[in-house]
Amino acid sequence: MLRLKLQQSSLISRDLLVPIVSVLLALLVGAIFILIVGENPLHAYKVLFLESFGSIRSIATTLQRATPLIFTGLAVAFAFRCGLFNIGAEGQLYVGAMAAAIVGITFTGLPKIIHLPMAIIAGMVAGGLWAAVPGLLKAKLGVHEVINTIMMNFIAFYLTDFLVTGPFHGGRWAPETDRIMPTAVLERLFVPTRLNTGIILAVVAIILVYIILWKTRTGYEIRAVGFNPTAAEYGGISVSKNIVLAMVLSGALASLAGVEQILGVHGRFIQRFSPDLGFMGIAVALLGKNHPVGVFFAAVLFGALRTGAAAMDRLTDVPRELVVIIQALIIMFVAADELTRRLIARRRKA
Amino acid sequence: MDNILEMKNITKNFPGVVANDDISLDIRKGEIHALVGENGSGKSTLMNILYGLYDADSGEVFLNKKKVDITDPRTAINLGLGMVFQHFMLVDTLTVAENVILGSEPARMHFINYKKAVDDVARLAKEYGLRVEPRSKVADISVGQQQRVEILKALYRQAEVLILDEPTAVLTPQETEELFQVMNNLKKQGTTIIFITHKIKEVLAISDRVSVLRRGKLVGTKNTKETNHPELAEMMVGREVLLRVEKTPAQPGKTVASIININVRDRVGTHKVKDVSLDIMSGEVLGIAGVEGNGQQELIEAITGLNRAESGEVLLHGKPIHKLPPMPIKKRGVGYIPEDRHKRGLILEYSVADNMILGLHSQAPFVEKFLFRNEKAIQENAQKLVEEYDVRPPNIKQLVQTLSGGNQQKVIVAREFSRNPEFLVCSQPTRGLDIGAIEFIHKEIIRQRDNGAAVILVSAELDEILSLSDRVAVMYNGEVSAVLPVEKTDERQLGYLMLGGDAQKAEGDVEIETAAE
Amino acid sequence: MWEYITFFFNATILAAALRMATPLIFTSMGGIFSERSGVINIGLEGMMLTGAFMGMMVSHYTGSPWVGLLGALVSGAIMGLIHAVASIQYKANQVVSGTAINIFAVGFTVFMLRTIFNVAGTSPPVPSIGNVSIPIIVDIPVIGQIIGRQNPMVYMALILVVVVHIFLFRTDWGLRLRSVGEHPKAADTVGINVFLTRYMAVIMSGALAGLGGAYLSIAHLSRFGDGMTAGRGFIALAAMIFGKWTPFGALGASLLFGFADAVQMSMQELGIPRHFVQMTPYILTMVALAGFIGRATPPKAIGKPYEKE
Repeated sequence: MLRLKLQQSSLISRDLLVPIVSVLLALLVGAIFILIVGENPLHAYKVLFLESFGSIRSIATTLQRATPLIFTGLAVAFAFRCGLFNIGAEGQLYVGAMAAAIVGITFTGLPKIIHLPMAIIAGMVAGGLWAAVPGLLKAKLGVHEVINTIMMNFIAFYLTDFLVTGPFHGGRWAPETDRIMPTAVLERLFVPTRLNTGIILAVVAIILVYIILWKTRTGYEIRAVGFNPTAAEYGGISVSKNIVLAMVLSGALASLAGVEQILGVHGRFIQRFSPDLGFMGIAVALLGKNHPVGVFFAAVLFGALRTGAAAMDRLTDVPRELVVIIQALIIMFVAADELTRRLIARRRKA
Repeated sequence: MDNILEMKNITKNFPGVVANDDISLDIRKGEIHALVGENGSGKSTLMNILYGLYDADSGEVFLNKKKVDITDPRTAINLGLGMVFQHFMLVDTLTVAENVILGSEPARMHFINYKKAVDDVARLAKEYGLRVEPRSKVADISVGQQQRVEILKALYRQAEVLILDEPTAVLTPQETEELFQVMNNLKKQGTTIIFITHKIKEVLAISDRVSVLRRGKLVGTKNTKETNHPELAEMMVGREVLLRVEKTPAQPGKTVASIININVRDRVGTHKVKDVSLDIMSGEVLGIAGVEGNGQQELIEAITGLNRAESGEVLLHGKPIHKLPPMPIKKRGVGYIPEDRHKRGLILEYSVADNMILGLHSQAPFVEKFLFRNEKAIQENAQKLVEEYDVRPPNIKQLVQTLSGGNQQKVIVAREFSRNPEFLVCSQPTRGLDIGAIEFIHKEIIRQRDNGAAVILVSAELDEILSLSDRVAVMYNGEVSAVLPVEKTDERQLGYLMLGGDAQKAEGDVEIETAAE
Repeated sequence: MWEYITFFFNATILAAALRMATPLIFTSMGGIFSERSGVINIGLEGMMLTGAFMGMMVSHYTGSPWVGLLGALVSGAIMGLIHAVASIQYKANQVVSGTAINIFAVGFTVFMLRTIFNVAGTSPPVPSIGNVSIPIIVDIPVIGQIIGRQNPMVYMALILVVVVHIFLFRTDWGLRLRSVGEHPKAADTVGINVFLTRYMAVIMSGALAGLGGAYLSIAHLSRFGDGMTAGRGFIALAAMIFGKWTPFGALGASLLFGFADAVQMSMQELGIPRHFVQMTPYILTMVALAGFIGRATPPKAIGKPYEKE
């Protein structure tokens, strides 16, 4: 009876159940770590969430932290819809960031209306091309994309290391480029936070991804390949073409995370600036059920964790790395959803 | 003679089907016992239960008069049962000897004595006449040799009862001969063999006794010497009520499609379709009868562009289409109901409406400029087809995976038939469906024929072939062995031909039009 | 010409290459266990990092780097167990599970470092395993300089390769492990416990990766630093692939990659940016996977959870 009821309950609530329970379980296990430190978990979590949602300013910070995660989350989710596992978002965002920075630095005297889009597009093209390589290798030679995207990550790290310490090394001692021109900057929206117009770009990306996937022929084909390549092939859909296309678009989305960080936050390319934004994108996509709207909420949650972590670190004895542990646990629980489901079922029986 | 093995009242249900319905089977010590029946009659299920891969819902197994509880293959092996699966359970990257000893390795302190392994395997191979080189990699040897490795695996574990699941399905006639010699050797040395097949000729050639299954039930067990080909065929096929389809005699028009000397080989090089030539006329249904796995599927895939023929031509209105990919073939007016609707026909995670446009999704009116989907057109199309083809529930937004098999098939039929194809290829169109859906799809096929389509119908169900076709081609071992007008043949004769009977010597008082003519 | 050759192939650089290769050897052997049994292990990096940290911790508290090594082994094994439970028992996507382990390890090690030592970045120095000289060999010119005086873990790594090779190709356990990774159903039908085999392999994988990490913190250096594995888990993964999932292949690849690591500074001196040298392991691996230098084919059943009917 109970099971029947469960199935009858609306689709949305059932889809949300596993992610929500996974987050709660992760917070629960996280509480153990807080206890190790000798703090009160409830107090630590209260500080964490007050600091990330308690005021307009903290909400702005949360949104700023969420912005790059929206892009990487969308990137992973988009590829996933085509049956591809893009764990190369990290590398794609680095090459995208570097391309945007180079355009942002080298072109002078352009009006903003040209310079800014140029920098953004340069980043997207670089990220897209970077992702095209594993896409092509998969489509043409059948090499699984997982290993290749990992390898491409490291190649991207070293390539950008080289560029930022060599040809594009800035005037200062630190491994970073010069500042980009003001004409290529994504404007701050809420000073003193670093929230910038990148968030608008992110929202546009969410809408565009939704439209592409569900309102266009391209999306129909990409999802068909993701669900059932043999049937798709019979339906005249080119599997290899769509694999490459999905990877390119995924890479372009991932690169926007880097572009936003450079043009909106740091104002220059800094060596290894990304705090695992690409890998966190996997968590965001997973938690958001690979749906653009879900990605938004998952990214905001992760953004909040990062924002609150700083305050928690300051105001309690709990190191900020607690949220990294929590994020890892969320991924684990969402991935092992069979476990999570079983825990839910047991809870209901009890 | 004593019974070595007794299976009593075995019943096994799978969702929606009774695979084994109260089956009781006795196997005598030292005999070759053939287990025959059509595909889906429950032979493999019964043997998988015996070997501990499936749990029976009810029933008991006795070995040497003792009740045994076989929960997993390890238990079965320890009890002296060995099984050679239809799909070989061999690790390609390992050698013959390694595969044979796997799980029962001759080892000291866990170090494998490879010399002993190779010697043992060589000795066993020699003893039973199973020619195979122990040091070869399994990936490098022929299918026939791989089968010998499987048999060696069972013998190495000292199997007293050896189950062979359709062993001849993958063999050439010569290899089959060799297998029979091996089976006779084994019998001489005291091994009991359960031999699963659907080829009556083989039953008669090798077995001592034969049990026939039909639709999950045991029809009977006979001494092979006391039975004959027609009797077994009748037991296998049965004389159940035919699903008769109302139809007027065909009005064949001009030739729509010509298949000329098509040859197909599979990836490992087995000759699957041998020099098949057929003409299909407008307004007729050409049935292709045959036991599954005799090249029908490969022929169909060559026609629809899903696979390339090695040689030969397929002409549509005189123009070659055999070098085209599936899409252009479709666009030239070929409709196709694939054999496996889940693999080829549908995207289960898509809605009914989205499945109704698969393959048409890139054309007007379903897509507008800038690649945008025209939701209105997509929905109108689906709404129309759902009503016309009676898809239930008539909710076009529902995911196809939530529909029943019959309604899933109706979605494919609606999509393919609604474009009024000139050439319609139907492969097992009603497999696994309920009576209502079968009747509906049969009517639709005849309606297409009456509208002037040329129809190819591949089916393992003789009832279906006989009730829908105007002419019947029989495929056996990759060849079309006969093409007969439907009114001049019957179930018995087709059954005989399907099981490899000689077209020239076919029983019955009808004239046989052979393929060669 | 000769100058260039001796510039790269001198005893100092080759000895350094061997040192750089050691953590890769341990970890790639771990990778072989897991992947040969059919379970992808992207989490090697995290398992290594955990081992590096716990090795340091245990060495710190016991004062014995050898007990620290044991601690690293056990902690790596526990990480392996987590990966096994998630991906074998609960059929989580193996790549996702591995990614989670990597992220977890980063958070966990820094969290604990700060909690226990109240420092950020680097742990205080701890007892570590010192170098040893092998009599006789150390006196042989050149060769003695390369292998005569090294850390015991370097020798352990080389011995490990032989042991893993023998295990995989000479014992019944190895045969069963390989069969489970290629064709689990075939293994099942001859009575091999597929789940148990995979569990053991993945736990073993974590244990060896843990040792690989410990080499960094209590042999090569004598302290733990945040993210000190710096992608070596992934290079080990690459070495395993480049070595076609065989122990000696992975050894060769590890040595090659270790050499690239050792030689990068000298390259820089010659005007070849070291970053390009650092890229080579990854590029080579992609080339190998694509089949341009003898195709690297993974075990057939890799990545697929086994489902009994």
